[in-house]
Amino acid sequence: MKKLVILFLVLAMVSTMILGCSSDNGDNGNGNGTEEQLVVGFIYVGPTNDGGYTTAHDNGRLFMEQELGDKVKTIYKESVPEDKGEVVKVIREMVDQGAEIVFATSFGHMDGLIEAAAEFPEVTFSHCSGYQTADNATNYFGRMYQARYLSGIVAGMKTETNKIAYVAAFPIPEVIRGINAFTLGAQSVNPDVEVHVRWTNTWYDPASEKAAAEALLDEGCDVTAQHQDSTATMVAAEEAGAFSIGYNVSSEEAVPKAYMTAPLWNWGEYYLTAVQEVLDGTWTNTPYWGGMYEGIVTLDELTALAPEGAAEAVEAAEQKIVSGDFDVFYGPVLNQAGEEIVKAGEKMSDADMLSMNWFVKGVVGTIPASN
Amino acid sequence: MRIAKRSELTKVQIVLVRLAAVVGALIFGGVFLIILGENPLTIYTSMIDGGLGSFFRFRETVNLTIPLLITSLGVMVAFKMRFWNIGAEGQIFMGAFAASYFALNFAYLPKIVLLPLMGLAAMVSGGIWLLIPAWFKAKFGTNETLFTLMLNYIALKWVTYLQYSLWKDPAGMGFPKIPSFEENALLPKILGIHVGWVIALLLIYLAYIYLNHTKTGYEIAVIGESEDTARYAGIDIKRVILKTMFLSGGICGLVGMIQASGISGTLSVDLSGGVGFTAIITAWLSGLNPVMVGIVSFLFAMLRQGGSFIQTAYEIPASAAEILQALILFFVLASEFFVRYKFVLSHKHGTGVKK
Repeated sequence: MKKLVILFLVLAMVSTMILGCSSDNGDNGNGNGTEEQLVVGFIYVGPTNDGGYTTAHDNGRLFMEQELGDKVKTIYKESVPEDKGEVVKVIREMVDQGAEIVFATSFGHMDGLIEAAAEFPEVTFSHCSGYQTADNATNYFGRMYQARYLSGIVAGMKTETNKIAYVAAFPIPEVIRGINAFTLGAQSVNPDVEVHVRWTNTWYDPASEKAAAEALLDEGCDVTAQHQDSTATMVAAEEAGAFSIGYNVSSEEAVPKAYMTAPLWNWGEYYLTAVQEVLDGTWTNTPYWGGMYEGIVTLDELTALAPEGAAEAVEAAEQKIVSGDFDVFYGPVLNQAGEEIVKAGEKMSDADMLSMNWFVKGVVGTIPASN
Repeated sequence: MRIAKRSELTKVQIVLVRLAAVVGALIFGGVFLIILGENPLTIYTSMIDGGLGSFFRFRETVNLTIPLLITSLGVMVAFKMRFWNIGAEGQIFMGAFAASYFALNFAYLPKIVLLPLMGLAAMVSGGIWLLIPAWFKAKFGTNETLFTLMLNYIALKWVTYLQYSLWKDPAGMGFPKIPSFEENALLPKILGIHVGWVIALLLIYLAYIYLNHTKTGYEIAVIGESEDTARYAGIDIKRVILKTMFLSGGICGLVGMIQASGISGTLSVDLSGGVGFTAIITAWLSGLNPVMVGIVSFLFAMLRQGGSFIQTAYEIPASAAEILQALILFFVLASEFFVRYKFVLSHKHGTGVKK
């Protein structure tokens, strides 16, 4: 027994020594950036090939890398759980590999990012969709509700049963805002439309997304929309002979018999701007919330399955949004109980939009109370 | 060809078989890496580099070692008695739950009182979680493997329920998370790593003493070898089973407290990272020896940390890095077969089991 222990101890010691020496030489062969390269880290909540949310972020990373060329080197970590300890651990690994700016892409990464920001004051942090900031940490997001409003127009014109399915992730303001904007868009062309909501309480879980979609289709919905990171909802729609609105990236190839359009992310715009600012030394911790005008959110081109006249209606609304004449939550906006939340002639403030926790009239579903 | 039972191998031979397994796994994994278009040698060296190459990486490796090591010790105590505690995962969650209850509701207590209280609550809670199947086994002879396995899911779903509803952070804007602990519910650090490592080393020592130099330790060994012998020797089997199971579950429960307080800073469904299952393998590979548990857990943690490192350093997909880890594991476990059996070509030798 003793021999065995000694053997292992010797092995462990020898390997430690060899490695200790090798990394002292600074040549640890892991492909770290050279002196002049800025290492940029990306923390993803799903796999890069999820065909949705994380794919959109990864496309943004690749775009930024391509634009900046040799000036940057990017590293990323997939499927990082929304757990503080895990996020801090991943950030430590990235800083250890030379990262000077780290983007975390999911809401639940916020607490870990803020904690790591205090641990590494010399590193710049940016968190997607959250609300906390620090001296070296900010957050970024896009006015996705604008594109969702446009997708609502397509869905509202397409539905024949006047019941639209909406498979949604978590009851947080971002998702609620999207559902409301989508509903207002649908109502703008079809006042009788109802949007039926199911929560999955997960960003990426194709099985439960599909189950939720199937339940809604069974209830008579004939168009689906989603705030999920996979194509499962659209697959369910296609199987049921219904039509779908996607999210994140174009899914025409994945579900050719159902896909009409999708609100899309164009993260590359932001990543390029933010990394360029860090390179130039002009970065500040001012939160970023760009919209269709900045080009960070768009609506995908409509497919042949989109209803007649939709392209024109979308075009008209898009122009009003881009020009700044209209921004979705313009009064009168009623809540589910019929109370006027935004009065006629008024518009909702960004702060109210960012903390939205109620549904507009026409949404069928409830927001679970958060104690 | 048939399979024959081996005569007892010497320790050196066993080590050689296991080393051969690791080498086999590395070769097999190398082929896999070549298919992915990577140089296996670079990847392997950087895996070790990723686990030990700097203090940062070493610390992360130790952070992974701590829960694995302590959980392995916990299940080891049960395994010694041939009681198959597959429920460490659940005991970790129940421990974390009890510790979090005190962390969230008694945060006004001074650190010196609060932390031991959390640890104690976690141990009692984890202990009770294993006492349930132990009692049923002692009383009705139920199958503890299935029973403990099923209790994992109950514990996990209980924590999920807490996170998504009962303890949901009202400041989380609807996002299902439990509030972060106050500063005085967090484990202090010694030499830059949370005190879990001191607890882990201490537990190795205590487990060694307990199993080898106490009356109960001897009774456990006897029951593990043969219950009939134990009964004949006048050992109160039920009492020893219950006592030992409470201890085994308690140690695993403590892991929950250490992870919540030292790593996650709160309770969450991602808290365990699956160590409750990995620990079964590490405890077994260690030959149920506390010192070996420490070494094997560290090597395992290195493998995981190295696997995590190559993901970011070489853009190897997370799933491919996991396949690589699984390959190594698979070979090492398969080698256990060759420790006990051998293939015989002719009928002349041995009195083996027919295939």
